[in-house]
Amino acid sequence: MSKIIIEVKDLTKEFHVGDVTVRALKGVNLSITEGEFIAIMGASGSGKSTMLNILGCLETPNSGSYILDGVDMSELNKDALAALRNQKLGFVFQSYNLLPRTSAIENVELPLFYNNKVDAKERRERAEKALVRVGLKDRMGHMPNQLSGGQQQRVAIARSLVNDPVVILADEATGNLDTRTSYEIMALFQELNSNGKTIVFVTHEMDIARFTSRNIVFRDGQILRTEDVKERFNAVEMLKNLPVADAVETSKS
Amino acid sequence: MPLKCLKICLWRMLLKLLKVKEMNISNLLKLAIYALKRNRMRALLTMLGIIIGVASVIAMLAIGEGSKKSIKDQISSMGTNLVSVSPTSQHRGGVELGNAAAVSLTIKDMDAIRAECPSVSDLSPEVRANGQAVFSNKNWPTSLFGSNTDYLRIKLIEVSEGRSFTEQEVKGAAKVCLIGETVLENLFGKGTNPIGLSIRYKKVPFTIIGLLKSKGTNTYGQDQDDLLLAPYTTVQKRVLASTFFNSIQSSAIDEFSTKKAAAEMEQALRKSHKLKEGSENDFRIRTQEDLVTTSSSVSNVLTILLGAIAGISLLVGGIGIMNIMYVSVTERTREIGLRMAVGGRGKDILMQFLIESILLSIIGGVIGIFVGIGASQLIGLLMKWPVVVLPASVILSFLVCTVIGVFFGWYPARKAAGLNPIDALHYE
Repeated sequence: MSKIIIEVKDLTKEFHVGDVTVRALKGVNLSITEGEFIAIMGASGSGKSTMLNILGCLETPNSGSYILDGVDMSELNKDALAALRNQKLGFVFQSYNLLPRTSAIENVELPLFYNNKVDAKERRERAEKALVRVGLKDRMGHMPNQLSGGQQQRVAIARSLVNDPVVILADEATGNLDTRTSYEIMALFQELNSNGKTIVFVTHEMDIARFTSRNIVFRDGQILRTEDVKERFNAVEMLKNLPVADAVETSKS
Repeated sequence: MPLKCLKICLWRMLLKLLKVKEMNISNLLKLAIYALKRNRMRALLTMLGIIIGVASVIAMLAIGEGSKKSIKDQISSMGTNLVSVSPTSQHRGGVELGNAAAVSLTIKDMDAIRAECPSVSDLSPEVRANGQAVFSNKNWPTSLFGSNTDYLRIKLIEVSEGRSFTEQEVKGAAKVCLIGETVLENLFGKGTNPIGLSIRYKKVPFTIIGLLKSKGTNTYGQDQDDLLLAPYTTVQKRVLASTFFNSIQSSAIDEFSTKKAAAEMEQALRKSHKLKEGSENDFRIRTQEDLVTTSSSVSNVLTILLGAIAGISLLVGGIGIMNIMYVSVTERTREIGLRMAVGGRGKDILMQFLIESILLSIIGGVIGIFVGIGASQLIGLLMKWPVVVLPASVILSFLVCTVIGVFFGWYPARKAAGLNPIDALHYE
């Protein structure tokens, strides 16, 4: 049996908006083992984003426990949470969140800036390696505005890989991309996953969810159902079947 | 109060600096330089406020200091270690007669000083007459000063042509005089050799034996070359028919002894004037330092005023930095969110922005120092004003800049550090 990376028990989270109390999570239990590729799904307001924020240690739950790679995050203060994010987590966002006017390689180096065990030389080497891994060997010096959307997201993925995290958290990572580019990104995620990376992927697109190994569907702050994906899509295969006209990448948003 | 705030601020900053050691300063510096480079134009314009502020502080202080120095130089050119005694107002039967009518200094006082004041080296009486100097068909209103042979040494006056008068001529009340450049120009024309010529002053004929070297105008705009100088005996007996002195001028033995000389002279004169214990002096003793202090007080006020105005512009520059840092924090909200998501702690963010603002103000400050020094020199050159750039003012401006960077950077930086990473990440 493989190692459990994420263990969530009876997690609740409430927000106070004016006089109204919004119960975003109402007792969630979840465990994710190493090497899984999870899709968290649900309509907006279902609590999936709150779940991801808590999994990403960006937010603390009101009650319940969350153990990430053996560390109970409910016992940590803000700075320790930052350190935890720095060493155990990788983030990929819908809108890439790259630093503008900053080259790809420097964007990838960013997490290592906050890790004092990594010196400048190692930082550069690791960032280069991560960029090679996402297939941007020739784009290292490019600025974000010189890269297409897909390439920007690859830089973001490289950034999430550079600290060798135990889990990569992706928030609608294909939301801004066209179908072909989405598939390319999913191919990259599948490849990372097949090399052992644990990935948690939030999406509301059914077809994207089918690239993953397990789907967790949220509704009203609770897990509605959990299901293993039976006929899993292979992104590389899917790309071959796409019409050629779509192959011209135009998206630059 | 603001000072206290500043202290607390600096102290907290120091604490943060110590705590933040996990992320080294060179990384932070690199980040800050990087951020400034990304917005080159904006950084430059922000710095401009500080540059102008610092440059004007330095230039204003340099002008103020220059005027102080020139006054000091002027006063020291009035004489060597000068200590002068003048009579003060006397009252006869309840009527104040005013300083000009004061008659109390005589040859007796001179002798008393000479006998009892070891700290006095040169000593001369000064008597003064006002009237017209006449040469053939020309005349010129000027002052005739009477003195002894020490006078030229005391007052730092040089003879450019001819000679000064001798002890014998003083004793004999000889009708000889030395002539100032201005009088020469107006009676004879510039460049004429007047030696041996005779002029009349209040109907008394004087033979010119020497020409005084020009000293130009003094700080108060007085022409120091508009005078005739003759033995005091001559002026007293032949022109004024009086036995009193307008003042007694003396030199202390060295520059450190002027105060001592003044004290000794006070003792001697009180004794010679038979003043009772507790009664006021009927004379006034002034040293060169007193003059410097009095004259400097005006330019001190000027310096403070100019400096304060320049200081305000520095403050405005600081507010400019604060403003830009606020804009920068807002603009980079998503960047802050991202940095926090990938492991940046609040203090890392705080330091990043703080160092950025300190860097802005320090770079601006250093440029400002050079601009300020350059501007001072330029003003000195163009306006022919004396300027003195004080190293202290340079150091002060630099420190003020650093403090401004910390002070005005603190609040925007804290705002950045206090952001919620989730909100920051999704900020539009």
